[in-house]
Amino acid sequence: MSPLVQGMLTIVIGVGGCVGYFYLSNLILDKIIFPAKGDNPGININRANLVRPWLFLFPAMAALGLYLVYPVVGSFWRSLYNRSGDDFIGFGNYQTMFADQGFQVALFNNFLWVLIVPAGATFLGLLVAQLTDRLKWGNIAKSLIFMPMAISFVGASLIWKFVYANNSDIGLINALRDFFGASEPLDVLQVQFWNNFFLMIILIWIQTGFAMVILSAALRGIPEETVEAAIIDGANPFQVFFKIKVPQIMGTIVVVWTTITILVLKVFDIVYTMTGGNFGTEILPSYMMSYMFRDDGRATAVAFVIMIIVLPVMIWNIRQARAEMR
Amino acid sequence: MDNIAGTKSSLGWAVNISVVFLVVLWLIPTVGLLVSSFRDRDQITATGWWLSPFAVEQNYQVSIPAEEARNDGEFFVIEGNIFSGGEGEVLRFGGRRAAPTEYAAGETADLRRDRTLTLQANGDFVYRNPEEITRDPNIYYSTATPPSFSLDNYRTILFSNNMDVAFINTFTVTIPATIIPILIAAFAAYALAWMDFRGRGFLIAMVVGLLVVPLQLALVPLLQLHNQVGIGQSFLGIWLAHTGFGLPLAIYLLRNYMVGLPRDIIESAKVDGATDFQVFTKIVLPLSFPALASFAIFQFLWVWNDLLVAKVFLPSTAESWVMTVKIADDLLGSRGGDWGILAGAAFISIAVPLVVFFTMQRYLVRGLLAGSVK
Repeated sequence: MSPLVQGMLTIVIGVGGCVGYFYLSNLILDKIIFPAKGDNPGININRANLVRPWLFLFPAMAALGLYLVYPVVGSFWRSLYNRSGDDFIGFGNYQTMFADQGFQVALFNNFLWVLIVPAGATFLGLLVAQLTDRLKWGNIAKSLIFMPMAISFVGASLIWKFVYANNSDIGLINALRDFFGASEPLDVLQVQFWNNFFLMIILIWIQTGFAMVILSAALRGIPEETVEAAIIDGANPFQVFFKIKVPQIMGTIVVVWTTITILVLKVFDIVYTMTGGNFGTEILPSYMMSYMFRDDGRATAVAFVIMIIVLPVMIWNIRQARAEMR
Repeated sequence: MDNIAGTKSSLGWAVNISVVFLVVLWLIPTVGLLVSSFRDRDQITATGWWLSPFAVEQNYQVSIPAEEARNDGEFFVIEGNIFSGGEGEVLRFGGRRAAPTEYAAGETADLRRDRTLTLQANGDFVYRNPEEITRDPNIYYSTATPPSFSLDNYRTILFSNNMDVAFINTFTVTIPATIIPILIAAFAAYALAWMDFRGRGFLIAMVVGLLVVPLQLALVPLLQLHNQVGIGQSFLGIWLAHTGFGLPLAIYLLRNYMVGLPRDIIESAKVDGATDFQVFTKIVLPLSFPALASFAIFQFLWVWNDLLVAKVFLPSTAESWVMTVKIADDLLGSRGGDWGILAGAAFISIAVPLVVFFTMQRYLVRGLLAGSVK
């Protein structure tokens, strides 16, 4: 059976199964287990309404539990075992990993990524949002800058491979160098240390649109009176922006910043496609993938380190959500 | 606010110019890829894509036959036309491989050991050598080739490189992985938004927490699980995985939207005797269409563009490669230097997301805002 047919069948089974499950389970609950008639219909209705939320929630919770909660525990457990998974070695994987120079490089690079990509994308996003705010063709400009969001990391990497190409007749960077009199083309992806920044530019290029969209909405939400008052008091446009607007959207800036930070810790595609982790560009996600299928113990240990780095953001998010619900 | 003195200041010009600059900067890489994907592979390496509307100067080399040499007393001379009857226009030429375009057409080149070479723009050459000519001399020259754009790269990549299979695979992975989580999440989101039960707050907090769980954690344990229950690396496996990974965002987005629906409608329906199931299917689901569309676009783009999950949960054989894997693992290795093919492949893989993006941008933006702005 071709995968395409299989896919159609899965849609039918999946959707039909879901609809069938929800319909039938509700029907059974109302008609058979707690029917709203007989001796005590009132109590039965109340009982049915106690159970019903769990009928609605069950498929989602089962999937979440299996595909996201269990792996956190499962990964940690697996990381305590050796490569083949039959020997318990405690924190052995973590010990060898932290001693491994490749890991240290990846950790350091990842630190740079987390520092620079969210900062760069948020700053540029804010800049574009502010500049296009009162522009007639602002929406077109925004939509064009937003476009890279639709492109896969692999596609974006290929696009930038052209820009960085080690040939002044293909790569823009080397064409510019050539124009300004450099004699030899330079492979920017092999320039130790700085190549990390060339890879970061790709992610900044993608994420600026995201930051821009959200910050632009936040800028629109600023009460006009505050801006008007500042202008009447004689503030120049820069003062209005930095002293009136930015402080009012600080909360949104933080949200954008953390969202991009989380993303940075997930993206292995760019490093994988551009350099394959060579020339000192490894980051944790790509370092993990280099052990995937080879040494599951080590791979899960790396994944768990990523989890620990994400943990503060997760806790902060949960607290925000709870505060909001009150 | 436009009527406030000072807002339409002298900065207007500067703002326009800087936005134009930024937009151009953002577009250039993609435009370069698009232009390159239509160019001939020889032309791609000959000039940059930014020069593609102009004729390309390409270098060639010909050997002229030594046996046609005649002795005019002082020199051994070979005469002829390098195009051998065909058309062409010589721009520059040279007699050494190291400097193939040393002289302009029509000049006389002084080569080593008193030899001379004259090459006219129409291809006529005169080669003189004081000694007898034993080996065929080489002439290096460049001609202007008019720009050529074609769909050849796309034809090659689609029909002889199995990109068509990868394209269909990507579709096969994406559609079920987009549709199935929506339904599951919608029911859960309704329960979390409009039903009262103990533990609701905890579950919402859990969904928010799971939003940021790094995908990497899930790979090893789930692949193991899939192998144990017999799913293994297969399309079914990747559909399940994407469904699981997409659920937190789906539930979160949909719940945020559903909470904002007017309470009156839902309560009056309940007073009229509608069950929760009816309220959900007849009122909440239709009203939530914008949120459903937002999530669908998110999930579609995410699954279509994904490399990590596809690498882990699909078999690593050529017939089940999706496009991202095909490009990253196959084309970049085997066709590394073939820029035209790479550009074509990349553009095939980003074309569908771009169409979705530009037609449904409204919903995408709305979803982003619902997901992050508080």
